[in-house]
Amino acid sequence: MTVVFSMFLLTLLLITAIAVVHAGNLFVAVMLSGIFSLLLALNFFLLDAADVALTEAAVGAGISTVLFLGALSLTTDREKSPSPHRLLSLAIVAVTTLAVIMGTLDKPSFGDPEAPVQVHVAPWYLETTREAIQIPNVVTAVLSSFRGYDTLGEVFVVFTAGIGVLFLIGRHSGTKPQDIGPPHGEPSGLRHYLIPRLIGRMLVPFIMLFGLYVQFHGEYGPGGGFQAGAIIAASIILYALLEGEKRALQVLPRSVLVGMISGGALLYSAVGVAGMLMGGNFLDYSVLLDDPVKGQQIGIILIEAGVGITVTGVLLSIFHAFAARGRF
Amino acid sequence: MELLGLYHYWVFAILLMTGFYAVVAKVNLIKKLIGLTLFQAAVFLLYISVGMVEGGDAPIFTADNADSLFSNPLPQVLILTAIVVGISTTALGLAIVVRINEVYGTIEEDEIQEIDRR
Repeated sequence: MTVVFSMFLLTLLLITAIAVVHAGNLFVAVMLSGIFSLLLALNFFLLDAADVALTEAAVGAGISTVLFLGALSLTTDREKSPSPHRLLSLAIVAVTTLAVIMGTLDKPSFGDPEAPVQVHVAPWYLETTREAIQIPNVVTAVLSSFRGYDTLGEVFVVFTAGIGVLFLIGRHSGTKPQDIGPPHGEPSGLRHYLIPRLIGRMLVPFIMLFGLYVQFHGEYGPGGGFQAGAIIAASIILYALLEGEKRALQVLPRSVLVGMISGGALLYSAVGVAGMLMGGNFLDYSVLLDDPVKGQQIGIILIEAGVGITVTGVLLSIFHAFAARGRF
Repeated sequence: MELLGLYHYWVFAILLMTGFYAVVAKVNLIKKLIGLTLFQAAVFLLYISVGMVEGGDAPIFTADNADSLFSNPLPQVLILTAIVVGISTTALGLAIVVRINEVYGTIEEDEIQEIDRR
């Protein structure tokens, strides 16, 4: 049964992807790519990757769609020129597809527990997590403890991208933001649409609560800083869409967001440095407390909080940067 | 089972090349970025498919799955962070497209090159 369902979802994924590329209207393409992300999240869930599914649903279907719509509102939603060299590109793509498919023929069969990738490294991580970290979610353990360096690097990539967007479109040229917005006193956002507004306002606190749950329950179930950051950012973006961007900026002003971007990354690095000061290696949490297992756990909670704060700050800053350029 | 295994890889290949087609053949910059996200999604799907173990559980310990088989947590960790990094870089790309539109007044690649040649 799962096999049939899985093939059905994969086929749907392919159809959506081709529709995304085929759609002449960019608005349609962006909407379809939101559906694509949701389908992809379902596929991840069927493939036992609950954490990844949660991330893809929050980031791909939620935030990515909002950002693309923001970019469309600042540019255009029509594709003008038809593709030149269409046949040539199709031919090249067809040949490359065949080459990739030929490459996949040598792969170990899908789901094979004896495949080389499953027998060497993964069992070690599963065992060591059970003994040395003692948290149920192995993905969180690997993410924040075993591969702490790498995650730190990724937090700084997110940080850099956020700063880059702020440099590119964070500053206004010419007109002040107040001049672009709707006339004074007129409600902005979706405030004059009663039903979306009422339903949305009811949803905002629950989405935020769910985000906090995902953040702090990440050691026990699917979740963690990356997903929580995306979900909390999504709740505030929803608030901004309903009540207007200005109200959202009253809740979390730009200065606070910039503080969050750097504060989260700093918190992460500070945990690493604290480990060094207490006699361990950089990002070695077992020296943080007397009991190494408890030290690992407190380290993971701290750096996950850092990740969550940075991701929330970056995603919201990017949203506000797009929103302040036009009116949406 | 055999067929499903191959099907996962074929979907990966076709998705990858659908994204690739959008990147090389489309002239609209936003469409190119959408193509890039499709390309990225295909790679994510490949990694997660490779890490899946038939009959395994999601790699989260609960009270009653102590002896069961688990899917490989490592590709999941890689892809989880890659998704968030991906959205950040996409946002950076979109910001560049918005700036290009402000300067050139268009986001079609051929028109931008036309303006550059003048």
